[in-house]
Amino acid sequence: MRMRAVTALTGALALSLVSGCAGGGAGSSARTVTYWLWDANQQPAYEACAEDFEKQNPGLKVKITQLGWDDYWTKLTASFIAGTEPDVFTDHIQKFGQFADLKVLEPLDDLGIDDADYQPGLGANWRGQDGRRYGAPKDWDTVALFYNRAMAREAGLTPDRLNDLSWNPEDGGTFEKAVAHLTVDSLGRRGDEPGFDKDHVAVYGLATNGGGDGDGQTQWSTFTASAGWTYTDRARWGTRYRYDSKTFQSVVEWYFGLAGKGYMVPFTDYNSQSNQANTQVAAGKAAASFDGAWMISSYDGFKGMDIGTAVTPAGPAGRRATMMNGLADSITRNARNKQGARKWVAYLASDECQRTVGGYGIVFPATPGGTEAAVAAYRKKGIDVGAFTEPVADKERFATFSYPITDYAADVYALMHPAMQDIFGNGKPVSGLDRTNSQINLILDQ
Amino acid sequence: MTIASSSPPSPLPSVGAAGIATTSRTDRPRADGSRGDGRLAAVFVAPALLGFVVFLLWPTLRGVYLSFTRFNLLTPAQWVGIDNYVRMVHDPIFWNSLRVTVEYVVINIGVQTVSALAIAVLLQRLTQSAVLRGIVLTPYLMSNVVAGIVWLWILDTQLGIGNEILVALGVGRVPFLADETWAIPTIALINVWRHVGYTALLLFAGLQAIPGDMYEAAKVDGASEWRMFWRITMPLLRPVLAVVLIMTVIGSFQVFDTVAVTTRGGPADATNVLQYYIYGAAFARFQFGYASAMSVALLVVLGAITFVQYRLTRADRTDLG
Repeated sequence: MRMRAVTALTGALALSLVSGCAGGGAGSSARTVTYWLWDANQQPAYEACAEDFEKQNPGLKVKITQLGWDDYWTKLTASFIAGTEPDVFTDHIQKFGQFADLKVLEPLDDLGIDDADYQPGLGANWRGQDGRRYGAPKDWDTVALFYNRAMAREAGLTPDRLNDLSWNPEDGGTFEKAVAHLTVDSLGRRGDEPGFDKDHVAVYGLATNGGGDGDGQTQWSTFTASAGWTYTDRARWGTRYRYDSKTFQSVVEWYFGLAGKGYMVPFTDYNSQSNQANTQVAAGKAAASFDGAWMISSYDGFKGMDIGTAVTPAGPAGRRATMMNGLADSITRNARNKQGARKWVAYLASDECQRTVGGYGIVFPATPGGTEAAVAAYRKKGIDVGAFTEPVADKERFATFSYPITDYAADVYALMHPAMQDIFGNGKPVSGLDRTNSQINLILDQ
Repeated sequence: MTIASSSPPSPLPSVGAAGIATTSRTDRPRADGSRGDGRLAAVFVAPALLGFVVFLLWPTLRGVYLSFTRFNLLTPAQWVGIDNYVRMVHDPIFWNSLRVTVEYVVINIGVQTVSALAIAVLLQRLTQSAVLRGIVLTPYLMSNVVAGIVWLWILDTQLGIGNEILVALGVGRVPFLADETWAIPTIALINVWRHVGYTALLLFAGLQAIPGDMYEAAKVDGASEWRMFWRITMPLLRPVLAVVLIMTVIGSFQVFDTVAVTTRGGPADATNVLQYYIYGAAFARFQFGYASAMSVALLVVLGAITFVQYRLTRADRTDLG
């Protein structure tokens, strides 16, 4: 073979490789809207919405792709780089700041989305620092106490008592007493009984979801918030974190101290991949756990186990507190079918679609109508979701709060993740958070 | 690895660093070779050269360039000089990652090399069974991710069968992957489990190249197995062992997947190995410039270690013949 022919062949091969990598667009076209979500349980509900949407918009098709949580964000990041991003994707408040900063999101101001149409707070969270909207409210969740009814009954704890607990960082209040009483050692002695052996616990009163990183959503946030602490100096786009607060540190010290007393599953038993709080409860190793509304179906599905739910305990500041988080749908800036994407997102945010989603009893949609539909669907399945909806409805007894929304959320996570593990797992003093907080605020000052 | 005998009168050609047999001075092609041969050689070399330039040389050069920039992938890179390197020197997490990685490498290489050598020698001296060789290689057929997940479940403190066995034996539960003392040794041993068979087979191939008559002669002279191991096996295996060590050390420094599926760098950075830290900086925090600087540092460290190993073990020379 002549050299020239070889060169031509090699060049053609290289070109085909390059052209093979470019484009693609994840199946986008003028007639298709690509949509990504991570929760497999929600996929049928959104497929139903897509069907209705396609009927109302002849010629438009919605192509839904579901990816597991970890793969989702990795693939989304890669897709932004490769130019193969979906037209629309389910966005998380923790990731939103970074995406807004990277300017990969399309503003949605002219979609006609009114904050007043959704549960309080859900709409405003999706405005960037430039005041523009980058997400259409989709759903919401709160945190409550899941408990094993049989274990609670044996401990003499009625649902009413569990719904009326209170705590304080000094002696833990009635909450700590209840958790101690739910704890049983290998010889059958309860945590508040004489001779209790904290080193040989058969059933812990409270499961653990680990150190809780910088937000403590299903760990300590219920307590830090009901003690009056807030993550940052402002509700949204704060410029200073407050992990150096004495209030925060005393609450965290007390909370992780529950493990030291033998009442809460120790950090060494926790594994985010194999042994989260719900697994500990399912395995009968823990009697109760704080977990989010997105886990209702999982707890309800534990075979041979009757699980109840109770509201979070009242704190020193008087009220009960729970994080209220909400997801949104965002359009990518380089969406191939931007017009179709806008129509689809507007439909996703409509009461019509949210009622459809609510009817599946998987998640609480963001509109009040959608929420009502979800509550009814859960009731139909025999699940009482009052512990999750009450905090949203009753602002006198409950305080709801959001994830911290700031710049550099990934850096905050990278610093707080090991710091909280160091306190919980290695027993390091909480005062070490002063330094971590300074490092975080230094990054925010950039 | 090529350890084939092809050039008498020496029983074996010398084995180069990459395990490729090299020819003696007299075997070299003559300088007056035709132009046609040169073209043909270029044709054969071209695909490999293209691959080398596209997938190795260019990314490496680009990585070095990016290490001097601030780059988030989606907007153009900004030149920042040596800022990333200055930051790296003052970054305690980087140094912790390097320390943790070295700890991992020492345990992994130490245990793996000794175990692989023992398995290889046993395979050579005690059996000719191809089935046994196959069994030894079995864990290597599994991906690191699958091996990591399987061991994660086996070693779970509360639910793992490994811990249930320890409890039944009266040892008590051990938080293998959740305690900072245990986490790195556990990850190292998981990887030893997966790789030891492959390493053993590489060494076994080296052992096969040692002439059997040497052992027979030694046996006639009354040498014990132990003595033969130290006087015949080890010296003659040295070049192969050196190459295997260089390869495994480089591979160990790049540990990532087992950490990603078991501990994710925890608890409290105890297993935040360098590759995992680099990955986090790049793909979670979009700091590709800083991640590139750390990658360049890793490249330099590995280059230095390989060079020193190569010289110390005289990997390019054989004691045979």
